[in-house]
Amino acid sequence: MSDVLAIADHRRGELRDVSYEIITAGLELADETGGDLHVAVISGPVEEFAEKLNRTGVDAVHTVAHGEEFNHDVYVQAITQLHDAVSPQYLLAPNSVNGLDYAPAVANRLGLPLVTDAVGLETDGETLIATREMYGGKVETTTELEGRAVATIRGAEWSVAEGTGDAAIEAFDAEIDESAIGSTVTGFEEVGGGDVDISEADVLVSVGRGIDEEENLELIEELADALDATVSSSRPIVDAGWLPKNRQVGQSGKVVTPDVYIAIGISGAVQHVAGMKGSDTIVAINTDPNAPIMDIADYAIHDDLFDVVPALIEQFQ
Amino acid sequence: MKILVTVKEVATVEDEFEIDGTEIDERFLGADLNEWDDYAIEEAVQLQEAGVADEVVTVTIGPEECEQTIRQALAKGADRALRVWDDDLEGVSLLDVGAKTDILQAVVDREEPDLVLTGVQSGDDSWGATGVSLADAIGFQWAAVVNDLDLDGDTASVHRELEGGVEELTDVSLPAVLTIQTGINEPRYASLRGIRMAQRKDLDYLTLADLGVDSSAVEGDLTLTDMYEPETETDVTIFEGGADETAAALAELLREKGVAP
Repeated sequence: MSDVLAIADHRRGELRDVSYEIITAGLELADETGGDLHVAVISGPVEEFAEKLNRTGVDAVHTVAHGEEFNHDVYVQAITQLHDAVSPQYLLAPNSVNGLDYAPAVANRLGLPLVTDAVGLETDGETLIATREMYGGKVETTTELEGRAVATIRGAEWSVAEGTGDAAIEAFDAEIDESAIGSTVTGFEEVGGGDVDISEADVLVSVGRGIDEEENLELIEELADALDATVSSSRPIVDAGWLPKNRQVGQSGKVVTPDVYIAIGISGAVQHVAGMKGSDTIVAINTDPNAPIMDIADYAIHDDLFDVVPALIEQFQ
Repeated sequence: MKILVTVKEVATVEDEFEIDGTEIDERFLGADLNEWDDYAIEEAVQLQEAGVADEVVTVTIGPEECEQTIRQALAKGADRALRVWDDDLEGVSLLDVGAKTDILQAVVDREEPDLVLTGVQSGDDSWGATGVSLADAIGFQWAAVVNDLDLDGDTASVHRELEGGVEELTDVSLPAVLTIQTGINEPRYASLRGIRMAQRKDLDYLTLADLGVDSSAVEGDLTLTDMYEPETETDVTIFEGGADETAAALAELLREKGVAP
C-alpha cells in the first residue's frame, strides 16, 4: 500500500530532466512511507532508458515497449495496468505538457484524487501534503488529501537523482487495446528559427506585459540599439503577435543564458523564469516590488518602465 | 456541430494584498474572464463564423456575480450560456478536479456537444487538469495544450505546444475535448453591438439537482489547509531614487560589466 510509482518523461529519444527529478521526489516519499520506489518508462527505447533511470535508491524500473513517441492513450492504459500491478500509494507524473495530457485521465479512470503542479510533497504515510502556488505564484498553499493519490510535480523543483542503483529492470506486458487509441502523432515542428537566435545573444533586453501597447515596443528597441543588445520577450508579447515566436524566452520558448538579461515589465511567471534563470546578471525593471522576478534578479529598479527606460537611453546618448 | 466552452471567472489579486486564513482578503481581489478561456471562446466563435459550428454554448460554475463575465463571452459571440451553482457549491472552499469533472460531465450529458473547448488552466488555482479529466469521464478523445486547430470532418488536426519551442502535430478523432493554449488566436474585444445582443441571449441557471449531481460529489478529496506569501531568498540590489538616478546607476553597472558603451 505504501509504494510509490513515478513515470518518466522523454521526447525524441531523450529522457527529459524531470525524469531524474521525479526519482528524487519519489525517493523522498518512499522514505516517508517506508515503501519501495518503482519507476516506469513507456514507449521509445525503453531498455536504454531503464539503464539511465536506475539511479541510487530505485527499487524497480518497469518498461513498457510500445511505439516510439508519447501517445496518451497508450500511457493511460499502461499506467492504469501498472497501477493495478504495483498498487502504489502515490503515483507521480511530471507536470509537463505530456504529463498534463495523461495524468488527469489516469486519476479519473482510477477514481483517485489528483493534485497538480506540486512544488513540495510530504507524507506521514496516510496524509499527503502538497505545496502548490496560486494566482500566478503570488501565494503558496498547502493542500492535504488522504489515502492513495496521483500527483504531478513541477520541473526543476527537486534535484536530479544521481548514482547507479540496483533496481530490478522488468518488462511490463501491458495489454494495449489499439481500438481505444483515438489520437495519432503525425510529427514535430520546431517553432521560431528565423533571423535571430536569442539563445546566442550576450545581452538581452526582454519585455513583458508591462509594455501595455505594441507601439511602446519602439522604446525597447531604442534601448536595445543603444546597448547593442537583442530584444526578447515573455509569452504575452508573442501571444499578442507583437513579436515573433523565436523571441519568446521561457518553458515553451527558448532557454537563454546571456551575460546580462534586462527584464522590463516582466512579472516573472515560473514558465518565464525557467527560460532565463541561467543568465549571469539579471536586472529587473518593474513597478511591483513583490513580482516573482525580484526573487531571481541581481539588480532591480522598482519604478515605471516608461520613466526609467527613456532615462536609461539618455545615459548612452 | 455543437461546441461547449467552459468559461471561468477567476479572481485577480492586487500587487499588495493580505491573506485571511486560507483566502486572500476580498478587499484585494478583482474578477476577470480566465485568460485561457478567452482564447477558447474565440476559437469556438471563429469555427462558428467559418460555418463549421452551428452553436456555441458556454458553461460556468460560479455564483450570480459571475454573470457579468459570462455576458462577456456572449458578447464575443457565444449563442447561449449555462451557469451552475447552489448552496452546496457556495460552501466549498476548494473545488477540486474530480468535483469539476462530475459537474461538467452532467452538463455534457445534457448538452451533447461534438466538441468541448476548455482553457489549458485557470489563472487562479491553476490545476490545468479539468479538460483531460472531463474527456476521460465522458469517453471523448482529447488533446492538452493546443495552440493550433484545424477541423476536417471527424478529425481535429492540432498542434500541441511542448516545452522548448517544439510543437507536436496530432490528429484527434471527434468528439473530443481540447484544452486551448494562449496565442492560438487573437481574442476579440466585445463590440458595443455584441454587448447589446448579449443582454438578450439565454443565460440558464442550473443547480446540482437540476443536473442530477449528488451534492456529495462537490465535497472533493482535497482540503486547502494553508496559504501564505512565498519566502523570498533574494539578495537583489535595489537602485533607489528617481528615474534619472536609477537609470544612471544601472548605466554604470552595464558599463562595469562591459556590455554598454
